[in-house]
Amino acid sequence: MSDQASEIREVIFGTLQAALPQARPLSDETHIIEDLGLDSVAVMDFVMEIEDKLDISVPLDKIAEVETLGDLVATVQRLKQAA
Amino acid sequence: MALFDKYAALAAQYRQLEEAGANPFNVQFGDVLSPTEAMLAGRKTLLLGTNNYLGLTYDPAVLAAAAAATSTSGSGTTGSRIANGSYGGHGRLEADLADFYGRKHGMVFSTGYQANLGIISALAGKGDHLLLDADSHASIYDASRLGYAQVTRFRHNSPEDLANRLRRLADEPGDKVVIVEGIYSMLGDTAPLKEFAAVKREYGAYLVVDEAHSLGVLGATGRGLAEQAGVEADCDFIVGTFSKSLAGVGGFAVTDMAGAEVLRVVSRPYMFTASLPPANIAATQAALHELRTRPDLRHRLNANALRLYRGLERLGFELGPEPSPVVSAIMPSPEAAFGLWAALLKAGLYTNVSLPPATPRGLALLRSSVSAAHSPAQIDHAIALFAEAGSSLGLLKSEMAAAK
Ligand SMILES: Cc1ncc(COP(=O)(O)O)c(C=O)c1O
Repeated sequence: MSDQASEIREVIFGTLQAALPQARPLSDETHIIEDLGLDSVAVMDFVMEIEDKLDISVPLDKIAEVETLGDLVATVQRLKQAA
Repeated sequence: MALFDKYAALAAQYRQLEEAGANPFNVQFGDVLSPTEAMLAGRKTLLLGTNNYLGLTYDPAVLAAAAAATSTSGSGTTGSRIANGSYGGHGRLEADLADFYGRKHGMVFSTGYQANLGIISALAGKGDHLLLDADSHASIYDASRLGYAQVTRFRHNSPEDLANRLRRLADEPGDKVVIVEGIYSMLGDTAPLKEFAAVKREYGAYLVVDEAHSLGVLGATGRGLAEQAGVEADCDFIVGTFSKSLAGVGGFAVTDMAGAEVLRVVSRPYMFTASLPPANIAATQAALHELRTRPDLRHRLNANALRLYRGLERLGFELGPEPSPVVSAIMPSPEAAFGLWAALLKAGLYTNVSLPPATPRGLALLRSSVSAAHSPAQIDHAIALFAEAGSSLGLLKSEMAAAK
């Protein structure tokens, strides 16, 4: 895996842990809505933090396609490369 | 059965509220007596959650206009304006709205929800960018899904964050359309519109302001926040609704932009739905006339808003950041919101419960809205009921601190 991918994963996992009411084990297979119990607004708020940390823009339709944390890492990586 | 399995958790919560006999999402009014009172479960109840800001739902001029229009033009239009034709009232109301706002074009929609759907989805097309305030109303989020533009959310009421996001999009082609609201419906806070307008100018974006809760409330002549902030020239489109201050149903948009007439043949929520019936159009026109000619209504409304806000603040409720006709008490949990709501209703006061994801930051809210039609005595009575119910449930700040 590239350095950039692992850096992005670190940012995403770290941001998410900070946003959760209690610490949870996270992996690429974690489902953001079903496993973590976040509602649609909480997910958008959390992605907003990531946008700022990585200075990218993640359009809402891209967020809607994401199910797992692995999906999110891949989406963010593509956007970061395109930026 | 399997079809609804995906809603199992929500269905269970709803059932629980029904079984407790106090479901804020399924309230059945009996006779409505006035803008401020209705029968609920056989009991006369004070209404403090209706968005009936100017209290015009029983205004004699409004009722007479509706009755006359029904007699002369019938009960319904039985079709859409592009397929089945417009009635005289549609154009007259559009002209009145344009005149009120001092703009060239006015356009009427069948609801405020559809006005947002219709304007936002049409303004930002494929390859364009929509930028929404994070706390936008559901109709604005739904509008962003109806169109084909890329959608970006910016931090609530943060011009700096909007600027940052426009900067990230600066090299991308396409128009940038920014959407904000005058008064936000959940916490009653207003947008820093002057600062948003400056950002919009700097980045060459377009600005749409939804004045659903600020029409008839803010501004020297009641046009809303854009008028109050002195930035109407920067607001390319104003969108609003007839269902709050104007005491009817329907929505509108006004603009000065040349060529805006084309929206009538590209905006799907305008084209593919029946137009408003004559009674509703005539009533709205009459209500707009009242709004324009009776500034005392607005002054009474804002005095009532301040009275309720200060009263609840004194009791120790945590409220939205500024006084407005929407007064929301932030509850420690949804259960606390349900409990306070039920206790107030039992005491004869009707309010609203607002929960995430309709609310920002996961907040549970006990939401009130005041009317120009409330007497100061009614507001004081409501505050007294909040004191009683809040105290017995341990929801007043001093008591919560003591319990910790
Ligand atoms: C900000 C905002 N925009 C639009 C609407 C939709 O208006 P209507 O209920 O008239 O369809 C509402 C209220 O429901 C609102 O609060």
